Amino acid sequence: MIKATNLVKTFKTGDTKLTVLKGLDIDVKKGEFVSITGRSGSGKSTLLYQLGLLDHPDSGKIIIDGVEVSKLSERDRTGFRLMELGYVFQDYAIIPELTALENIMMPLLMKGFDMKKAEKQGREALSRVGLLDKQKNLPSQLSGGEQQRVSIARAIVHSPKIIFADEPTANLDAETAMVVMKTFLDLNREGQTIVMVTHEKEYADMTHRTLFLNEGILENK
Amino acid sequence: MFKFIKKRFFTDFKNSLRVGFFLALRQVKNSSKWTNFLIIGVMTLTFLNLVVVSGVLVGLIDGASNAVGKRFLKDIFISNLTEKKFILNTTEITEILRANPNVEGFSARYTEGGKIEANYKTKLRQDDIGDEVSAIFAGINPEDENKLTGIKSLLIEGEFINENDFDRVVLGSMLLDQYAKIESSSFPTLSGVGIGSKIRVKVGGYTREVTVKGIIKSKVDELDRRIFFPEKQFRNLIGRFDLNASEIAVGLKDGASPIEMKNYLNNLGFNEFAKIQTKEDAEPKFLKDIKKTFEILGNLISGIGLAVAAITIFIVIFINAITRRKYIGILKGIGVNARAIEIAYVFQSIFYALVGTIFGSILIFGFLKPYVDAHPINFPFSDGIIVATLSGTMMRVLVLFIATLIAGFLPARIVINRNTLDSILGR
Ligand SMILES: Nc1ncnc2c1ncn2[C@@H]1O[C@H](COP(=O)(O)OP(=O)(O)OP(=O)(O)O)[C@@H](O)[C@H]1O
Ligand SMILES: [Mg+2]
Repeated sequence: MIKATNLVKTFKTGDTKLTVLKGLDIDVKKGEFVSITGRSGSGKSTLLYQLGLLDHPDSGKIIIDGVEVSKLSERDRTGFRLMELGYVFQDYAIIPELTALENIMMPLLMKGFDMKKAEKQGREALSRVGLLDKQKNLPSQLSGGEQQRVSIARAIVHSPKIIFADEPTANLDAETAMVVMKTFLDLNREGQTIVMVTHEKEYADMTHRTLFLNEGILENK
Repeated sequence: MFKFIKKRFFTDFKNSLRVGFFLALRQVKNSSKWTNFLIIGVMTLTFLNLVVVSGVLVGLIDGASNAVGKRFLKDIFISNLTEKKFILNTTEITEILRANPNVEGFSARYTEGGKIEANYKTKLRQDDIGDEVSAIFAGINPEDENKLTGIKSLLIEGEFINENDFDRVVLGSMLLDQYAKIESSSFPTLSGVGIGSKIRVKVGGYTREVTVKGIIKSKVDELDRRIFFPEKQFRNLIGRFDLNASEIAVGLKDGASPIEMKNYLNNLGFNEFAKIQTKEDAEPKFLKDIKKTFEILGNLISGIGLAVAAITIFIVIFINAITRRKYIGILKGIGVNARAIEIAYVFQSIFYALVGTIFGSILIFGFLKPYVDAHPINFPFSDGIIVATLSGTMMRVLVLFIATLIAGFLPARIVINRNTLDSILGR
């Protein structure tokens, strides 16, 4: 499903250069639930941005679902994200003027669903993360954990081929974190491919495979 | 398999439109009341500026030309050919006019240049000159003239002359010191002349002493520089016994076409004895020139107002987009395309323009214009009205919309085109 080879990403700040990804390879099969761990600052988010088409690597090749995405135009990359990918950002990233339900409906509306159908499917996604009763709340009327769950619901609502989740449990208490993990595991059982970044061994151990990002490359654990 | 690669342009655009509209709606609804209030205020004022300023400027001149038409030229103005002092065969023309069902009324006037002297009794030496001014002497039938132009309503002092008055005259206010608008050596005025004053008139080789019976003041300079005699005495005075007038103002019934009437009279061959003009033809050239100048001026002022509105919208949208950069990035991140977000901002600016236009229109057409129509702005040369035609207003609305559209689109585009990830992470 995902095959990335020889990814290199370097950041320049003033005179100092920091190469975060140093010829990294990753291969994720369809239906796999893969977790990526590593020290803070090791480049986990950076890697996920490259795979999620939010950033361009300096070099290397990324093939997702048979498409060499590095060659797509900016417009088509946006289209690809809409049709194929779901992304859970490290800090929820939901739109403040939209209610929980409306936030979740955005990808569907963009895909051309009519309002009714988008609402129905949006509610299903919300109930998956246990937030149906908060559908009319604005983000400011939701707790941090609830906002995180809205962002997860938004990432799964349009049945993407792959879900990328950057520390989806980081801001949640153990109980809520378990709800989120259970959601991911359920989805995975239904065939969903998931790549999740996490700090916590406990949650990493629930996935099929854990990769350790160290010195710019991935190691199996 | 990868449907997104096939360019489904129209469905794409339709979806972008829908999402853009949805986002715009939520944003306007959830943005601060005061911001909305202020932007709509600016748009309303811009619209007023666009329509009213040029409307008043043009309206001033329209008011002046209305006054000239109402009080002096009427619908058809027949005057002597340049090489003649009067209209030959006047009676033939007046008979035709009297018989024509489209003619509401007319007034034949006998005019002649002359001089008026005042204060000649108080001058010290024989060869000192008293106050002396040039004026146009007009002999009129007071009843005909009043029926046609309502001249009696212009009286500001005294009484109007009767048909049979003798050596009694009505003066236009511009001949008199106390009413003259401007101190000017090219238009000298008489001082100390009022109702009952004796003045000396010199016309057609005669000098007579006459008494001032009334004074009129209008918005038409041409009238205010005249001295009016009853036609009977005046014709005797200038030796015009043949009833040939110098000008005939003709009023037509509502709905009758002045151009048709002009052609009709021309076809009868009257153009050989007289100049036959519609009001528009006869209108003084300076009025037309000022009208053009004022139109340009009005458009200039409107243009500046438009630019200010466009810049306001630009700044508002720019600040809005910049502060919402993160969310714009997120939207793009989850696959909402840039066009949809641009459309959201364009919709917002159009919304402000629309509401501003609606408020502005209500203000103008509901209050301002009816009020000014009922109480014209009192300018020296005109009863100013606001000229705002539907087509002219529509044109301005269109311009306003295009300007806001661009002013909303550009800043949105600048911000939206920034790198998605940078926007999300705020770098
Ligand atoms: N735009 C940038 N310019 C310069 N350096 C950057 C930039 N983005 C990231 N970095 C650096 O790259 C490194 C990797 O960052 P990244 O966010 O990928 O780490 P991470 O593994 O996700 O950390 P965490 O677990 O804290 O989220 C960090 O040292 C960071 O400072
Ligand atoms: Mg990170």
